[in-house]
Amino acid sequence: MEYCTLVGRITEISCLVNLPIRAQAPIDDAAFAPSHPARPAPIEQDEQLIASIESDLDARLRYAAGEVVLTNRRILARAASGPWASWPIAASSALTLSDHAGVGHLELSTDEGLQAVWHFTLGMLPAAQRLLESFEALRRGAPMQSGTTAVRCDRCGADIPDEAEECPRCEAETGTAPSTWTLFRLWRFAQPYRGQLLLGLILTIASTAATLVPPYLTMPLMDEVLIPYQNGKPIDTGLVTLLLSGLLAAALIAWSLGWARTYILALVSERIGADLRTSTYDHLMKLSLQYFGGKRTGDLIARIGNETDRICLFLSLHLLDFLTDVLMIAMTAAILISIDPWLALVTLTPLPVIVWMIHLVRDRLRHGFEKVDRIWGEVTNVLADTIPGIRVVKAFAQESRESGRFREANEHNLAINDRVNRVWALFSPTVTLMTEIGLLVVWAFGIWLVSKDQVSVGVLTAFLAYIGRFYTRLDSMSRIVSFTQKAAAGAKRIFDILDHVSSVPESSQPVRVGPIRGRIELRNVGFRYGSRSVASGINLTIEPGEMIGLVGHSGSGKSTLVNLICRFYDVTEGAILVDGIDIRSLALADYRRNIGLVLQEPFLFFGTIADNIAYGRPDASREEIIAAARAAHAHEFILRLPHGYDSLVGERGQALSGGERQRISIARALLIDPRLLILDEATSSVDTQTETEIQKALDNLVRGRTTIAIAHRLSTLRQADRLVVLDRGRVVEQGPHDALMQHEGHYYRLYQAQLRNVDTEDPPPWPVAAQGGRISTHN
Amino acid sequence: MPDGRLRYIDEAGQQHDQVMPVRAFPISSPGKGFSLLSADGHELLWIDSLADLPEGERELIDTALTGREFMPEIKRLLSVSGFVTPCTWAVETDRGETRFVLKGEEDIRRLNAHTLLIADNQGIHYLLRNLNGLDRQSRKLLDRFL
Repeated sequence: MEYCTLVGRITEISCLVNLPIRAQAPIDDAAFAPSHPARPAPIEQDEQLIASIESDLDARLRYAAGEVVLTNRRILARAASGPWASWPIAASSALTLSDHAGVGHLELSTDEGLQAVWHFTLGMLPAAQRLLESFEALRRGAPMQSGTTAVRCDRCGADIPDEAEECPRCEAETGTAPSTWTLFRLWRFAQPYRGQLLLGLILTIASTAATLVPPYLTMPLMDEVLIPYQNGKPIDTGLVTLLLSGLLAAALIAWSLGWARTYILALVSERIGADLRTSTYDHLMKLSLQYFGGKRTGDLIARIGNETDRICLFLSLHLLDFLTDVLMIAMTAAILISIDPWLALVTLTPLPVIVWMIHLVRDRLRHGFEKVDRIWGEVTNVLADTIPGIRVVKAFAQESRESGRFREANEHNLAINDRVNRVWALFSPTVTLMTEIGLLVVWAFGIWLVSKDQVSVGVLTAFLAYIGRFYTRLDSMSRIVSFTQKAAAGAKRIFDILDHVSSVPESSQPVRVGPIRGRIELRNVGFRYGSRSVASGINLTIEPGEMIGLVGHSGSGKSTLVNLICRFYDVTEGAILVDGIDIRSLALADYRRNIGLVLQEPFLFFGTIADNIAYGRPDASREEIIAAARAAHAHEFILRLPHGYDSLVGERGQALSGGERQRISIARALLIDPRLLILDEATSSVDTQTETEIQKALDNLVRGRTTIAIAHRLSTLRQADRLVVLDRGRVVEQGPHDALMQHEGHYYRLYQAQLRNVDTEDPPPWPVAAQGGRISTHN
Repeated sequence: MPDGRLRYIDEAGQQHDQVMPVRAFPISSPGKGFSLLSADGHELLWIDSLADLPEGERELIDTALTGREFMPEIKRLLSVSGFVTPCTWAVETDRGETRFVLKGEEDIRRLNAHTLLIADNQGIHYLLRNLNGLDRQSRKLLDRFL
């Protein structure tokens, strides 16, 4: 390759207008004395404030407060608490707004050149846009109308519907963080099962009470049978039989009640879990493409699968145990106090200590478990990344690298788990130690009381029997901490999905439409992806039945435009109207039913070919499916398959070629008889032979419908009524092929380049040089 | 361009107005690899290192870059409004103190073992270059999100 060498000549041609803001023509000197920050803009009596923005960055893009104010006569500005500078509108020739990488720039120039540039973060952009609009209106001498325009949001600039107080879009964006008590939000799902839950609760109380009977019976057994026997009295067989059968009965009742409550509550919790999964999935389906673009598949699968399972387990097992424990403790405490308040007091003393300990460890464990969850997501993400891309992995012989990546994620997982377990491992033995110490205290105090004849041996035995259970329950109770934390973390991740508001929200009062006519109008459409502006100022009208070809380099915004028209994303500026109605006010499903989409990579779901063709209209008859397949030139090859229309396709199904899959997806689009047809590179992934076949199928599809076709191969757009040439998110040219060729503009160059590429595969050399040319500034 | 527009005259004497210098590796290697793009986005000139340029030009490009690039580098976390997203972070950056809203944990991306790239709800990216260089308090806050 030959590099061009450039000869360097260095001069500065014109001056760089240096910033920050420089006062040019102060109208009133007195008004421009240095002011302190709280001082408002020096607006005169007869002057009217029209718009203002905070320029929160200085010339070197460091955070610094500033202000730009537009009045009906001039533009005022100042940096931080500096003096105000002003420029009369009459003398200002232009105000331009641009943005790049999250920073907006507003430039003011007069005939003498660039006067000032203000910088601000993207949040101010809508406000800046309004300032600019007002400025231009003033320059044209148009009177500032007020009150006639709809209320607009300060932050995003979207129109605020009358019924809403705040902008619904911004509300969704900044929304407050969900509370830590996320688990209580599960009540929403538990509510339908109130009855069963109540029954379960009653059974729990009853069965717990039944388990508390046996220790109580040890008291008379000791005091009235065993100790009198030791003192020489014979055993009262009748009393012993009574007491022992009481013990057996209590055990049997506790067993049957325990079975009933476990069964009922497990039943309920399974249902709650199932409802939770279903609603999460339902909600997920309604979210916009933007949401799916930002999430990894593995993470979403883990959330819906594992987390709901974990919550379910928590509800059916751990929460139930916890409830039983609490009841048991409360009842035991009541019984103990009723027998002997002093001994009860001593017995219960370690309880607050243990509660305090649980509280202490709780926080650390929760963070730990949240971390474990996230790390687990990372591990599954590696899988979700690699398995679909296995062909690439193998082709580049990177198996060991992917293994390494997995090992690394796994080791990370291990390290985090180790850290959590360190705290966790300490927890249980400590509780056990407390139990032993508690028993020791009761023994000591009890023996002392017995020696003073304050309590009988039977009472002491009963106490020891009670707290034996009591403390073991505390031990298992302490475990609820981690289970609750895990479940809460899971619930939070589920509610993260449920709380997410679709970025293409259904209108609050959607306009229902049947078949549309197909007239599409794009009014000053702009779209921003994150901080990157991918389309701006697009104006385009498509008549019903017209076929439009979208042309441009990759990345020029063709697919974006199509996504906007399908309303997979909402425009950030301007509006898209179909038959004169803003698509944002249409019912989403009604609108999409009018759209037929044929993508570059047709996606077939697992199922039969017939199912796949009827995907958009599951009620279609066999005749309709066959008619659609015939029109899509798919009928014959389908018949050649061993199972005809019943052949299974999709993942794990019959292998079909790219062209065959494409014709099935064309049949799918044909079947719903859409008014608006979108062909996104429908033929670019197949060879020329197949393309001709697909083209024939497409010809049937296009007839009489408003069609928007994207094609990289310009030759496939021959039939288009009009070609729209896009370049870096803007419409640069439009017209029929011949006219555009004559014009010798963008389209001409694209066309020529494609012709040339067929001849020569050599890319043109690009200039590479450290020295060369001359860089300078100009106004 | 905001701070005066750059003009580039190539070897053939052709004049290009409103050219735009960009870094090829703004994060991993900000000091090496620059390109001069024309107003319609075509590469005019590749510059391996700014040191190769004469003084005057270097300054011009430097000024243009500082006026355009915006990726605040987080030096310290002052506070976060909560540990569940969305939450508001108050941070000290190399460009002064600021606040931003973090939409979700997935907006914190790990570029390598020590570097994080955090995107806020407006799509502005904040760079955290050295995780180990953070003070204890910041590390503690950040740890809850990682």
